Amino acid sequence: MGELTLIATPQSSYCARIQWTLKLKGVEYEFIEEDLLNKSPLLLESNPAYKKFPTILHEGKPLAESLIILEYIDQVWKHYPLLPHDPSDKAIARSSAKFADEKLIVEVWEAFKSEGEKKEKAIKAAVESLATVDKQIEGKKCFGGERIGYLDLVYGWLAHWLNVMEEVGGMKLLDKESFPSLHQ
Amino acid sequence: MADDQVVLLDVLPSSFGMRVRIALAEKWIQYEYKEENLLEKSPLLLQMNPVHKMVPVLIHNGKPICESLNILLYIDEVWPHRKFRPLLPSDPYQRSQVRLWADFIDKKLLEGVLGDKLYYGGEKLGLLDVAFIPFYCWFYSYETCGGFSVEAECPKSVEWVRRCKDVESVSKSLVDPLFVFDYVLQLRKRAGLE
Repeated sequence: MGELTLIATPQSSYCARIQWTLKLKGVEYEFIEEDLLNKSPLLLESNPAYKKFPTILHEGKPLAESLIILEYIDQVWKHYPLLPHDPSDKAIARSSAKFADEKLIVEVWEAFKSEGEKKEKAIKAAVESLATVDKQIEGKKCFGGERIGYLDLVYGWLAHWLNVMEEVGGMKLLDKESFPSLHQ
Repeated sequence: MADDQVVLLDVLPSSFGMRVRIALAEKWIQYEYKEENLLEKSPLLLQMNPVHKMVPVLIHNGKPICESLNILLYIDEVWPHRKFRPLLPSDPYQRSQVRLWADFIDKKLLEGVLGDKLYYGGEKLGLLDVAFIPFYCWFYSYETCGGFSVEAECPKSVEWVRRCKDVESVSKSLVDPLFVFDYVLQLRKRAGLE
């Protein structure tokens, strides 16, 4: 299936998504760790429009943006499909992923790093967004139903990083009573 | 597919809505158009897009699809062979590239990608052309309100616009720039700028 390289920083949740995806699919790849402060010439050459992480190189061809990479991997390595098969379910999943990346992550970060009134507002916004996410997973084991799918990979960072961010940022966004489904 | 029920919730001047209208026209898909009033959103819109409450929304057999690029992808997946060829290339790598650029366009306008090609899709209209061309209707408004000339800044784009307008599905779906300008003036008045 060709040589695959992942250029990323291990701390980033976007990079983690790709790593989890590749693990689920059982794909071998080479991992090149990048330093955010010292971007290597290889990265800049392969990702001129974005100069961001993660970037993958498949058979020498570069791709950026974690969601786009996720779908690409899903299309090339077809076993263990991640996205739903039905086009309208797929569209709903993509919408949800966009929401996660453009709204939820931004709100949580804002709640994390701001102070005072700004923080209060940000917390409120984040909690509201989390409520909509909670609804999506209601009654199910994972977003994908019985097994891990696209949205679980997209929202996976919640399980990992949210606790830490809450503690360090001094805020409580996710607790067992408010969001029982999500907590699991 | 003969029993398909397709409804589009939209506002005429919306560039994002226009993308969808062009794609539907390209694929010869029959649909019902419902004009929304953004200041008084219909119960249908609120029900179909409760999170963002925005247009365009495509409703296919009762199921809502939101976000213009998402809708374009959906249309291409459900009706791939209408008019002989899909909007997106079939090779996964090329598809990803197209989607990357489409996302990028939504964040910034871009001149360089076109290069010497006839359309962003190569020889024929593709997803990027459909995504980008509706903004042409707003050029007049940008120019008049912003005080600059698109032709002077992006001559290649203007040529490309002319080629796109030659395609029937595009010329039928694009809104008159003066109509858009009127709409913009109304918005500005309401915002207290005029």
